Amino acid sequence: MALSSKTKAVLLGPLNKNNPVIVQVLGICSALAVTSKLEPSIVMAIAVVLVTAFANVIISLLRKTIPNRIRIIVQLVVVAALVTIVSEVLKAFAYDVNKQLSVFVGLIVTNCILMGRLEAFALGNGPWPSFLDGIGNGLGYGWILVVVGFFRELLGSGALLGHQVIPQALYDAGYENNGLMMLAPMAILLVACIIWVHRSKNKELQEETN
Amino acid sequence: MNRESSGYTIIYASVMVIVVALGLAFTHQVLNERQIANENTDKMQQILRSLNLDVSAAEAQTKYTELIKNAYLINDEGVKVEGTEGITPNDPAFSTELGDPQAAGLPVYEAEVDGSTKYIIPMNGAGLWGPIWGYLAIESDGSAIYGAEFGHAGETPGLGAEIDTAPFRNQFREKNLFRNDEFTSVAVVKPGQANSRRDYVDGISGGTITSKGVDNMLLTSVGRYKSFLMNLHTANQ
Repeated sequence: MALSSKTKAVLLGPLNKNNPVIVQVLGICSALAVTSKLEPSIVMAIAVVLVTAFANVIISLLRKTIPNRIRIIVQLVVVAALVTIVSEVLKAFAYDVNKQLSVFVGLIVTNCILMGRLEAFALGNGPWPSFLDGIGNGLGYGWILVVVGFFRELLGSGALLGHQVIPQALYDAGYENNGLMMLAPMAILLVACIIWVHRSKNKELQEETN
Repeated sequence: MNRESSGYTIIYASVMVIVVALGLAFTHQVLNERQIANENTDKMQQILRSLNLDVSAAEAQTKYTELIKNAYLINDEGVKVEGTEGITPNDPAFSTELGDPQAAGLPVYEAEVDGSTKYIIPMNGAGLWGPIWGYLAIESDGSAIYGAEFGHAGETPGLGAEIDTAPFRNQFREKNLFRNDEFTSVAVVKPGQANSRRDYVDGISGGTITSKGVDNMLLTSVGRYKSFLMNLHTANQ
């Protein structure tokens, strides 16, 4: 199925030049908190993709009926309901991951990306573009999480997805895991590095300096 | 119909809330059984870890029923409360939360490992950011620790959160809760320091407040079992 260039922009824009995390700098709080290991990063990314996509579709379907005065409340209720369902499903089918993500699944409700997309996109567009927009923004958030989680687990624990990848021989030769990687400040430095690389490749995103 | 009228807004909000509530209640009903089973399995895994056995969630149930021979509640004098025996998740010992003021007593699990009996007691306390808890497996003399297990709700990763790792919990093996027939528990000290009056283990560097929380938990939470442990101690030494 071919996508028109407009739908393509809706889906792929958030992955690159309109990325919610590294360009709009939204959703940083959870990006810092859950990325100390790769597995929770991936699960969190999937959870956010699902919630943004379906919240967008639901709000888009309801957009002609929602009373303007309570639209934020309606959006919150939809998001909160979806997040609760995700959290219940995780508790039933991925108990360990749910323990690691602890409060952050619940906090998807307050994720700025979500409310932003509902307000800015779903209220004014049809269900199909809204769905793509949700997937795009969820993935845009998700790939940053996965990259940060990858480096933090690799350098902080010498492992990936819980499997040791840095050989024992290297430790015997004096290599040590970087404990700082496990702390939130290193996550923000990693996000900053991604922003740095991204902006140097996309000159038009660079702010003017006087 | 006027979308901005108050009547429409109120009806809209009411219908929405009812629909969402029904949806969530349904989801919870469908998944509840699985969630409780997961929580029980997790608790069994923790109890088994205090016996120095790290088993997967799939094997936890079998291994638990194989090793845990009995479980019951005890009262403040350390005497078994009648009619509370049983090891399944529905029995009082498993379902009683430590620290619940309405509880009929304190839970104790009896395990048999290589022909000798170990007594497992739960602990709970406070770390830096939230609750911490654990299980202590004690030899039949009521003093020597056979194994320990610690858990936490949200301690700092890499620092306080290290209490749930094997290197930390393994330090507790063979430490004694009694010294000269007096309950002293085991102290958690700053790495490199010593404690001449009590048996001690090293705390976590950079996780001072969590380490203190563990130290405190070992004193107060285990302290509630003092009479029970004393009875074992005088009977079996």
